[in-house]
Formats: sequence, C-alpha cells, structure tokens
Amino acid sequence: MIKFDAVSKRYPGGHEALSNISFHLEEGAFAFLTGHSGAGKSTLLKLIMQMEKASSGQVFVNNQNLNRLSKRQLPYFRRNIGLVFQDHQLLFDRSVFENVALPLQIAGYDSREAGRRVRAALDKVGLLKKENQNPIALSGGEQQRVGIARAVVNKPALLLADEPTGNLDPQLSAEIMELFEEFNRVGVSVLIASHDLSLIAKLQHRILTLEHGRMIQGATKKTVSDY
Amino acid sequence: MAASRNAAPRKKPAKADKPKRQKHTKPGGLSMLLRNHQQVAVDSLDRLFSAAAASALTWAMIAIAIALPLFLFLVLQNLQQFGSNIDEATQVSLYMELDTSEAELLTVQNALNSHPTISSTEVISQSQALEEFQALSGFGDVLSGLNENPLPAVIVITPNTEILDQVRSLVEELATIDKVDSVQYDLDWLQRLYEILNLAQRLTLMLGGLLAFGVALVVGNTVRLAIENRRDEIVVVKLVGGTNAYVARPFLYTGLWYGVGGGLLATVLVLLAQLVMQGPVSQLAGLYNGEFVLIKLSLSNIFNVLFLSGFLGWFGAWLSVLRHLKAIEPR
Repeated sequence: MIKFDAVSKRYPGGHEALSNISFHLEEGAFAFLTGHSGAGKSTLLKLIMQMEKASSGQVFVNNQNLNRLSKRQLPYFRRNIGLVFQDHQLLFDRSVFENVALPLQIAGYDSREAGRRVRAALDKVGLLKKENQNPIALSGGEQQRVGIARAVVNKPALLLADEPTGNLDPQLSAEIMELFEEFNRVGVSVLIASHDLSLIAKLQHRILTLEHGRMIQGATKKTVSDY
Repeated sequence: MAASRNAAPRKKPAKADKPKRQKHTKPGGLSMLLRNHQQVAVDSLDRLFSAAAASALTWAMIAIAIALPLFLFLVLQNLQQFGSNIDEATQVSLYMELDTSEAELLTVQNALNSHPTISSTEVISQSQALEEFQALSGFGDVLSGLNENPLPAVIVITPNTEILDQVRSLVEELATIDKVDSVQYDLDWLQRLYEILNLAQRLTLMLGGLLAFGVALVVGNTVRLAIENRRDEIVVVKLVGGTNAYVARPFLYTGLWYGVGGGLLATVLVLLAQLVMQGPVSQLAGLYNGEFVLIKLSLSNIFNVLFLSGFLGWFGAWLSVLRHLKAIEPR
C-alpha cells in the first residue's frame, strides 16, 4: 500500500526533515508512526498526501509512483486516501452531515447515494443522531469522530491520521483507536502518526519510529511484541 | 488513474453487519458536472443574498459603472437621428424674389432640371408656402390680416452629389441666377453635428471600456476577499481531492452573479432615467415637427448588457482566482 524507497526530504534552507527512509506497508496493514515532535512524522504523511514532494528517493502509494503523479492527477489520487487531522479541520459554516458529505460531493455522487453513504459513515462513528447539528456544538471527541467519518465516507483504501488523539483524554483516545481498528478489519490500510506511547503500547500493531528524520525502528515488518 | 480504480471499496466477508450493497453507479461524467454546476450556481447566489448588504453595495457599484456609458449610448443614438437625416440636409432651398411671376419660376425650374449636378427640383409657390405656414406656425391669423403674401416662392433642389465641395460650388452658382434672392442649405451645421457625435461616440466607447475594466477589478477584489474568507474550506477541499476547477467554480459563479446583478440594476437605472426624460423629450420632439422619435432601450440592448456584465463579472473573478486560488495549498 505504501512503499518508501530511500526517501529524503530537505526543506529550502537546508533542514533535512527525513533522510534515507525505506519501509513497506502492506495492503490491509495497521501501523503507528511515532517519534518526538520534529522527528519528521508530519513530513512523512505530507509526502504520502503529496502536500510535499520528496527531495530524493521514491514514494509509492497503491503501486503508483508519486514522482510521476501529475498536478492534474493529484486530486483524483487524494480521493483514495482518507485523512484525519489532529484539529479535525471541520467546516463550521455547515452541518455535520454536509461536512461528511464533502468528499462525495467533490467526487460527484448523486445526492441519494451520497446521503446513504454519509449516514452509514455517521452511524459507524455513532453520530447519526447529530447529523443536522453544527460541528461547533459538538465535544472534542465527537468532532474528531465527524472528521473520521469524513475521512472514510469515500471508502478509501488508505486511512492516514496525524495525531488524531492529540487533544483527547485517554478514554476518548482509546475509543478513537478502536474505531480505526474496526475500519482496518474491513480491509482499510491504516497509518497513524502519534506520540502517545502509552496508548500505542496497549495495541499490538507495527510501530515505525522516527528520530531526527531517520527511521530507527520498524522499517522491516515486525509487531511491537517482537521488541 | 489505475490506482483510483484499484481503490474501489473492498469488503471482507468477515464484516457482515452491513447490508449487502449492490454495485453502485460510478460517479462522474457530464451529468455529474452539470449537477455540480447547477448546485454551485444556486449555492453561490444564495451566499450573495445571505450577505445582502455587502452584495448590494457591490451590485450598486457595478450598476453605476455600467449605467453611465449605457445612458450615454442611448443619448447618442437619439442624437444620431439628426445625423441620419443628412440626405435630406443636402437639399438646397432657393428663395425667389417676391415679384417673381409663375412663368419666371417655371423657366428657372426648367433650366435647373437640365443642370448636371441636380437630380430633382420641387417648386413651392407663394400660395403653397402661405398655406403651409398657416397650418404649422400658428400665426395664420396674423398673416390673414396682411394684404400681400409676404412669403417668397421656393425651389427645393436635391443635388445628385453629397460631396460637400461640389454642393458648395453649386450653391455659389445658384446664387447668381436672376430672380434668386437667397440660397440656403443646412449641410454645414449637420456635418459638424455628425462629427461631434462621432467624437462623442468614441469618448463613450473609451469611457465604457474603462468602466468595464473597473467592473472587472471591483468583482476581482470582492472575489479575492471571498477566497480569503473561505481559505480553510479551500484547503480541506483540496485535501479530500477537489480539483482546481472544482475549487474555482463557486468563485467564478459568484463573479458571474455580481456581473449579472449589476447589469440588471444598471438596466433598471437607465429605464428610470428614460421615464424621467420622456415628458420633456416628447415636448421637444413636438417642436421638431414630430420627426424626432425617442429611441428607448430595446430588449436586445438589455440582453446584451446582461451578457456583457455577466462576462465582465466572470472575467474579474477569473483573474482573481488565477492569482489567489493557486496560492492556497494545504501545508
């Protein structure tokens, strides 16, 4: 699903955010990406989303070489990746339903099919009853669930999350992680960037650890129990 | 694009709590694009109406910028009626001396008919002139009190040329004919009016062009603010796979609606001005022997104005989108 081949990312000014990263995440995998802040977690996710281009090396997503992705293809490529943000990035000028419907609207679903899918996604995250509310009226945990519903409504093959539990208490965080695991069980590949080590340790999944832009752990496939 | 197809929804049989889904219709194609256009068109108009005060201000600005040259255009069209009568104006009137007899009048007319630069002549005898004057001037009673007819006979000549120099030399020649008192022709001042109108038309065009550019800039700036206001939304839309065209569309429609709305308001302004002017103009027209007809804004004029203003709005928005939208990328 995701393959990095000797990838480096240097920002203008010389700061090397990632150096010589290689790893492979299979289809249907569930992995955490961890490391101290500034270690390069966000940069790695940005390379997958093509918000940034690699300085050297190659990134493959779904067997597609992202170096060869044209600007025209980029939006269509992104439609296959669900992205969950730490600050959920919901739009407060519209209802929960309309927030979740956004990716379907963009992909051009007719409103009946879109409505069905949005309700299925909201049902999945347990917020079906709040579809008509404005997300600003929801709690932090609920807002994050809406963000997750929006990320999965298009049934992406890959789900990325950048510190999805960063603003949540341990109880809510565990619930959110459970949700991700559920999606993983139906075949969605999941990669979660998080520095919540205590939470990660409880879940038996592969861990990729970054330190100062280098991958110091998890580059080859092992689960946490192997360490 | 291979990747996007591979990534179609996959389900593992293990998860059976969802109802089995029949193959859904793939989104895409022309109907989807049309649906999106329709939706965005309505949505962007909604947004303008929901911020009514700010929108009205922009609409008023555009309306004034369009109404001004439109009104001038209409005024010129009306004035050009005089210019278009230039054929008639080349007619030369020969005022005969008062003691010219009918026979002498005919002799002069016959001589003129064989002149190489004259195509036709028409005689208005003294009595005909009197009748006409009594009918039109309103001074009939005064004249009937006179013993003698004070009006001269007139020979109206239509030259077969419109070249000013040739007409002038004809006029000089005619003045030397025996029994001719004076020669009058209106070409000079009409020619001048014609040139002035030409100049005014150019000025109106230039003014119109400048104001049109102004309209595009006003819309562009307004759309720039709209883009700023929706920056967060644009970032999210781009991250979940919105194309540049998709992101730009609402703003282009916003520009279009600004333009069309402004054009509509401008039309109303000019129609109002027309209504205000109608009374005085028809009185003036009465003095001109009914030859003058007030030219009003036609339906096709209105249609053209709406089309043009809509285009200007769209164009202004497009300029703004081109400049500002591409700069907003998720970071």
